[in-house]
Amino acid sequence: MEDTCCCQGEQSNERLDKVKEVIEQFRMLQGALIPVLHEIQDIFGYLPEEALRIVSSELDMPMAEIYGVATFYSFFSLEPKGEHVIRVCMGTACYIKGAQAVLDRLSQELNIPVQGTTPDGKFTLDATRCLGACGLAPVMTIGEKVFGRLTPKEIPKILKQMRTPVEAH
Amino acid sequence: MKTLINLESIRTAGLGLVDRRRLGEVSSVGVAERSVMICGGTGCASSDAMQIVDAFIQEVSSQGIEDKVEIVRTGCFGLCELGPVVIIYPDEVFYSRVSLEDVAEIVEEHLLKGQFVERLVYQQSMENGVIKPLHDVDFFRKQKRIALRNCGTIDPEEINEYIAVSGYQALHKVLTKMQPADVVREVREAGLRGRGGGGFPTGIKWETAAKQQNAHKYVICNADEGDPGAFMDRSILEGDPHSVLEGMALAGYAIGADHGFIYLRAEYPIAVKRVQIAIKQAREYGLLGEDLFGSGFSFDVSIRLGAGAFVCGEETALMNSIEGRRGMPNPKPPFPAVSGLWGKPTVINNVETLANVPIILLQGADWYAGIGTEKSKGTKVFALGGKVVNTGLVEVPMGITLRDVIYEIGGGIPGGKAFKAVQTGGPSGGCLTSEHLDRQIDYDTLLSLGSMMGSGGMLVMDEETCMVDVARYYLDFTRDESCGKCAPCRIGTKRLLEILDKITEGKGTLQDLDKLEELSEQIKAASLCGLGQTAPNPVLSTLKYFRDEYIAHVIDKKCPSGVCRSLLTYYIEAEKCRGCGLCARKCPSNAITGKLKEPYVIDLQACIKCGICFESCKFTAIYKS
Repeated sequence: MEDTCCCQGEQSNERLDKVKEVIEQFRMLQGALIPVLHEIQDIFGYLPEEALRIVSSELDMPMAEIYGVATFYSFFSLEPKGEHVIRVCMGTACYIKGAQAVLDRLSQELNIPVQGTTPDGKFTLDATRCLGACGLAPVMTIGEKVFGRLTPKEIPKILKQMRTPVEAH
Repeated sequence: MKTLINLESIRTAGLGLVDRRRLGEVSSVGVAERSVMICGGTGCASSDAMQIVDAFIQEVSSQGIEDKVEIVRTGCFGLCELGPVVIIYPDEVFYSRVSLEDVAEIVEEHLLKGQFVERLVYQQSMENGVIKPLHDVDFFRKQKRIALRNCGTIDPEEINEYIAVSGYQALHKVLTKMQPADVVREVREAGLRGRGGGGFPTGIKWETAAKQQNAHKYVICNADEGDPGAFMDRSILEGDPHSVLEGMALAGYAIGADHGFIYLRAEYPIAVKRVQIAIKQAREYGLLGEDLFGSGFSFDVSIRLGAGAFVCGEETALMNSIEGRRGMPNPKPPFPAVSGLWGKPTVINNVETLANVPIILLQGADWYAGIGTEKSKGTKVFALGGKVVNTGLVEVPMGITLRDVIYEIGGGIPGGKAFKAVQTGGPSGGCLTSEHLDRQIDYDTLLSLGSMMGSGGMLVMDEETCMVDVARYYLDFTRDESCGKCAPCRIGTKRLLEILDKITEGKGTLQDLDKLEELSEQIKAASLCGLGQTAPNPVLSTLKYFRDEYIAHVIDKKCPSGVCRSLLTYYIEAEKCRGCGLCARKCPSNAITGKLKEPYVIDLQACIKCGICFESCKFTAIYKS
């Protein structure tokens, strides 16, 4: 997960080469655009314009059509995300058990709106549709880690933990 | 390629072992040995279940009992609330909320000494210190597991285990002994209806597609489960992916299709991984691919990932998405069964529907049609959630009452609170009240009451839930998820939401209630697809059954349940306040003032009603009204 920043230079070129590989892999597939966008988002963490330009020329598709698809689906992002992406589940089970209060508290503590990223690039706050862990409601995820049965009270402590740099393994 | 003889030998080899793991089917084979089943569904996996699997493997091997104990990572058992869940067979001991630290103790006490670790045993499975068989526990007693028959019983990443529970037997039977038309007839006579929500008869859908003359046809498994509060499709794919693949192959044979797509949400990584593994294994065994069982019938399946658009659950939108476009619906007709994916006849079935297909063809239409009500056959899986003791996944025969599901299986409302409503069918459904608790659950009854089956979310609400806020919540969802193609849905849901916002802010009028009703009817009548046609249902049903709550918001400017923030006021009760000052320190808007050891006061002008003071007060001196 350490590669989520938008690095320039060599690393970036390598990744753009990967984009070409991905396109080759899916070129013959009917309806290739969405699988290609999924792969690109896997590589960069979001959909950078230069990668989309490659898709446009390689798949012979106007940029307008690509943006049309990319912006339609909530899973795709045109903006880089923070180091930790916090997703608060706003499914019904979580909502009626107080997810809104959890989300509000996060927004307040981080001082960013929902879908915003902190100026230091550390956190992105998202409200998400059902994560399917309704038994643990209300739930949020930070990266891969799931926090269940939350109360707003716990938020400052959790954020503090995430801010504390973890010793390198 | 595997022949039937191969399948049979795999099945008999695994039979006794797997039978032992089924609820209520204790086999005499290998009783001295034990199976440790660890739930690997999303709920449990999110609380360290995978690490617990590893810890068990390590601990069992370090004790040198690995030849006596099998460790199986399974799909969802249903009781997600209690995760991570570990069940040990043949003793049928159910351990709940197991942590990594508990593993060594379970191995030491239970597996080595045969003593239960009482503190971890699920309380409801104990009676006077004795452990009840699991199928007698309230949560399981009234359930009937057909679609979930293998979830929690087999390892979903191991095809041999699926074969051991008669997996791919239906496919073999059908390909070698039945004509496609016989398959269609069997499914039609079983009375299977679409479990994705609409309840359209599956056999009739197949029949239409089978009649089309076309060299290419498709089967699509709709696994784009986007309903908030519903997770049965995900759980089936995570717990028993092969049953869905087998169901797709059977559908393919019935209609004459050679390829299938599973349209699956990218947000469900465990399900994606398990389906990928299942497809790979089925191909290796020759159960997907060319010339299945030497019958000349070929069928293969590929995965297409969704990208977070609720409207893609709508079949025509889903097909547009597979074709690489925005997932927007098309007008029907033509129906997909006539002209679907890339213009070819296409059958789209939901995950749960397909999971029912193999067992119907194996056991026969009569067996299936014997379960359920006259017009709704079989069982339905519900994701039971909200304010109910046992939240989780339950499968019940059609015709069971809401009361049985909520009180018997669900264990009632926690914390001694009163039941207020149950919401079925997610954003397309409606809210039912305590008056309806004894009504039976089937497609037609729910529709007649102003709700619907939907994909099977069942959210229980107690007295602390505001029904106006619930309606607002669903409208916020549908407005956000509307694709925008047709104006009634795009603009109508936005206007509905604005009116609901106004009411929850205490600015509503009685005319607004009429407007809500009128607009709702128009949106239902004029929208292009199911999303818009059902979006007003939560508004209409709450207006019908909970009008008094709307009136309280509009006339009295009060939220009786204490949810709508604009209508709340926080006070400090001077007699209870010890003057600790904690609330004042926590208050983000400096609205609380006072002197230490004297009662504090909230400045109502400055208060932003965030509720932090309410949560932080240790003396319950702060109340809201």
